[in-house]
Amino acid sequence: MSTTTEAPAEEQQPPADERLASSHRMASILRRPEVGALVAAIAIFIFFGVTTDAFTQPSGASTWILTSSTVGIMAVAVALLMIGGEFDLSAGAMWGTTGLTTGILMTEYELNVWVAILAALVVAVGVGVLNGVLVMRTGLPSFIVTLGTFFVLQGVNLAVTKILINQVSVTGLQNAPGYVQGQQLFGSFVKIDIGGSTLTIYAVTFWWIVVTAVATWVLLRTKAGNWIFAVGGAQTSARQVGVPVFRTKIGLFVNTAVAGWLVGMLGLFKTTTVQSVTGVGQEFIFIICAVVGGCLLTGGYGSAVGAALGALIFGMVGQGIVYEGWDNDWLFTFLGVMLLGAVLVNNFVKSRAEAVR
Amino acid sequence: MSTKEAPAADSGHGVGEAIIEVRDIGKSYGSVIALRDVTTSVRAGQVTCVLGDNGAGKSTFIKILAGAHTHTSGEFLVDGKPRHMSSPREALALGIATVYQDLAVVSLMPVWRNFFLGSEVTKGFGPLRRLDIETMKKTTLTEMQAMGIDLRDVDQPIGTMSGGERQCVAIARAVYFGARVLILDEPTAALGVRQSGVVLKYVAKARDRGLGVVLITHNPHHAYPVGDRFMLLRRGRSMGDFPKAEITHEQLVDMMAGGAELEALSQELSSGLGEDSEVAKEMAAEVHHE
Repeated sequence: MSTTTEAPAEEQQPPADERLASSHRMASILRRPEVGALVAAIAIFIFFGVTTDAFTQPSGASTWILTSSTVGIMAVAVALLMIGGEFDLSAGAMWGTTGLTTGILMTEYELNVWVAILAALVVAVGVGVLNGVLVMRTGLPSFIVTLGTFFVLQGVNLAVTKILINQVSVTGLQNAPGYVQGQQLFGSFVKIDIGGSTLTIYAVTFWWIVVTAVATWVLLRTKAGNWIFAVGGAQTSARQVGVPVFRTKIGLFVNTAVAGWLVGMLGLFKTTTVQSVTGVGQEFIFIICAVVGGCLLTGGYGSAVGAALGALIFGMVGQGIVYEGWDNDWLFTFLGVMLLGAVLVNNFVKSRAEAVR
Repeated sequence: MSTKEAPAADSGHGVGEAIIEVRDIGKSYGSVIALRDVTTSVRAGQVTCVLGDNGAGKSTFIKILAGAHTHTSGEFLVDGKPRHMSSPREALALGIATVYQDLAVVSLMPVWRNFFLGSEVTKGFGPLRRLDIETMKKTTLTEMQAMGIDLRDVDQPIGTMSGGERQCVAIARAVYFGARVLILDEPTAALGVRQSGVVLKYVAKARDRGLGVVLITHNPHHAYPVGDRFMLLRRGRSMGDFPKAEITHEQLVDMMAGGAELEALSQELSSGLGEDSEVAKEMAAEVHHE
């Protein structure tokens, strides 16, 4: 087939190429949504690398790589959802909910580790479907619907945990049967000695890379990715041309919840403990990372790699501030400034993209 | 790709053969009658124009044709068989495609992604099943060229194209995916003179490829040059269904506006704004068919 279609297409290509000239390749790279985040990430890395000693030391870098990875998995999932035109404020609390579910089932009820992990997954998928169906059926903004589920989960995380185990955190997971199996999948790490300092890479980092790669593949190379951009960019139009809008959006909400589960498991098996308030307050961090990575708040535009870079920036700045000896609270101020700056840049990019040439 | 070669040509209809016929069709919502006694036909290789002012029942009529609404009276024949369509999907399966006013395009997505949105071409199996980007880009380029549009870059966001060009992408898309009947809902409504001309050119092009075209418009000047048949609607009723041979441009304009009403409006404008005002002049020209 390729040989038969090659010939006519070849004839048509030259005139198109001529007009595109040489600037096209460069311009199309600069048009990518993640370019801004990439530039910012490099600048921040250089800044902290130059002004502090610990930042680029292998042991020092291990810390911010860990933070970036954990936040990054969520940021990538939230970015997909935002490209699809929705928000999920319950994503942070989901992290705690799933960790608590597995933790309590293993320590208190001594359930098989895989059953406990699967049970948490079922809970996550259930909440994801609930979020999606509520948003799609009621037509309410997802910001409001998931704000509701966020508070519900936050309450449940505290209240149910207290009812079941009379305390607000699960501890001593390492003593539960089967812990080692789960730990291998979610909590293992590799240590690399570089010039007397040790770089520790946890499982979460590998998961982060895999999640980002898969999300990028799905977004840019599959039907589902096409649909995600379409439902976020113009839902009615998408429906008119036969895109399964309902299915796509439910899938996105479930995906975000499952990412919450993954992070929940990764945190639980790494630290062997989980608090009832784990993840609460993080939901906006994920959104900020996605926006810094080039996602439009209005949907239809963005990138998974960008969100991963946004998370990297978050991790680097959080730890960089510590190494600088500054007050840690400046992180929030920085995030706010980053968010505003990113939104302005994104809107500029969007209006450029939509403007008639 | 080769299977999609000129899908419109093998519709099995010779030029002038009726694909859709409606007889005394009507639609009521409870006690409200939105449309009644409409008779016309859509023929292969011809353009049927549906004319009417705002609220005349044009949208109700196309929604019936497009399968979005079911008619409540009269007969709706596709290929000679009576049909009661209950979804746009059903209409699509019969080869009736609708290009809506908002064009059903996602402005931030590239042209080629828009062209294939909802009907993506894939290759590979299982988890490796992926978009056949090369084929889709080539096809988009070829199909747009067949419509007479030379795309600079299939990767440009469709929002960067002009209104007329976007309209053409939507038309080309419908043609490519096997439409035999193309319903165009006010394709020139939001466009300037030049862009309207461009779109009408593509309407003619689609017609020449053997499609039956339904052109909905409130502008008789746009309809007359490309139309083969004119059906006028006013207040939910048909004012007649005329082949081009039976109606002149002037008659069409008169019927559309209601000659007397237009004359009165023209007078009023001239006295109110002065003979020299731009609007009054235009109005006078309309009345006197200049």
